[in-house]
Amino acid sequence: MSIRHHLDEATLLSYAAGSLSQGMALVVACHLSMCSQCRKRAAEQEAVGGSLLEDLAPAEVSAHALDNLLSALDAPVSAPEEKPDECRRVKDSRLPAPLGDYLPYTLDDVPWKKLVAGISYYDIECQTGGVSRLMRIAPGKNLLPHTHKGNELTLVLQGSFCDEIGRFARGDVADLDDQVEHQPLVDSNTDCICLIATDAPLKFTTLLGRLVQPVTGF
Amino acid sequence: MNHEQPDETVNNVVALKTADAPESASANDWSGLLAALGAKQDKQLFVSLFGHFAPRVKAYILRLGLVESVAEELMQETMLLMWRKAHMYKPEKAAASTWIFTLARNQSIDWMRKQKYPEYSFDETFDQVDETAEDAGEQLVVSGHLGAIIDTLPENQAQVIYMSFYEGRAHGEIAERLGIPLGSVKSRIRLACEKIKAAWRDV
Ligand SMILES: [Zn+2]
Repeated sequence: MSIRHHLDEATLLSYAAGSLSQGMALVVACHLSMCSQCRKRAAEQEAVGGSLLEDLAPAEVSAHALDNLLSALDAPVSAPEEKPDECRRVKDSRLPAPLGDYLPYTLDDVPWKKLVAGISYYDIECQTGGVSRLMRIAPGKNLLPHTHKGNELTLVLQGSFCDEIGRFARGDVADLDDQVEHQPLVDSNTDCICLIATDAPLKFTTLLGRLVQPVTGF
Repeated sequence: MNHEQPDETVNNVVALKTADAPESASANDWSGLLAALGAKQDKQLFVSLFGHFAPRVKAYILRLGLVESVAEELMQETMLLMWRKAHMYKPEKAAASTWIFTLARNQSIDWMRKQKYPEYSFDETFDQVDETAEDAGEQLVVSGHLGAIIDTLPENQAQVIYMSFYEGRAHGEIAERLGIPLGSVKSRIRLACEKIKAAWRDV
């Protein structure tokens, strides 16, 4: 796989810091599972975190902390409790592994919601603000030009699209902020499926925003 | 909580930075100890690692804005995870401080968001590049010098790094608090990263 479009350095740093919205962190983790180049960069950013941890003035820990822990070390590891809001993992080898924790479907049985002819979506449940959604766009569909308020990440999982920046195929990520206006056109023979996330609440036009707005009412 | 006074908070972060006590072990020693803990579960090793990292992990969680009792609990959970997952630690991939930082980060986010922080794994990748072959040892060398490098950054660049790591703030939030455009936050971060990486290459 030859990936041509990578994550912005500022996005990677926020991922390493743990300060990205949940939805954006999911897109980043998915791209990282497809891109060794960015994995290496992410590891460098995490080293910044390690160094900052090392530099912190130590806080006082509870007097019993060490004793508590020493007696807990021998306890058998209890089975991880099933979190009710965590969906079951479904294996689909076409999907990046991190998506498995969030999407209880294979690509074939995602319950797509139709937006307009040729464009459908599925919203992924993420706890923090912003959008996290799968988009499925038919070949030849041209999306309305739009700008962003805040950051927007788009990772291609299947098919491809073209815009003013270039061509985006499987594994490529468009990492854009509000300075960019673009008009993506799906140029693959198959439907283009993308994982999209934004970090701001739904107050703005996002990818497909002007199409989505009248339908979903945000 | 440090959510009302952004400037003071940032200054505090800088003021709080203290170099490690000279008699303490170097980064490489801690990584060696953690790798040894992974090889054989030895409580004496755990006690040493706890002594160094537990107070720092707790300090980090407190900086994120969590209250004392939660920070104490999450610190203990992080230390327990260190014990249980030490066999997965690869010293050629990351310094001990880096590995423990990611454990503490994930524990804190999971607690704040009640949802698992999306993680990437070196074992579940599509591209199947042999990453163990490249850069063995580089991460260790790097992290030993990083603190000094960050100290040399211009204040407005160090500030966005601290606000990201120590306060967990997203780009948009930083922009709002500093009263600068989103693009400026990102370019400050990029400039800081460039300097950090350039300094690494010179090491
Ligand atoms: Zn990449």
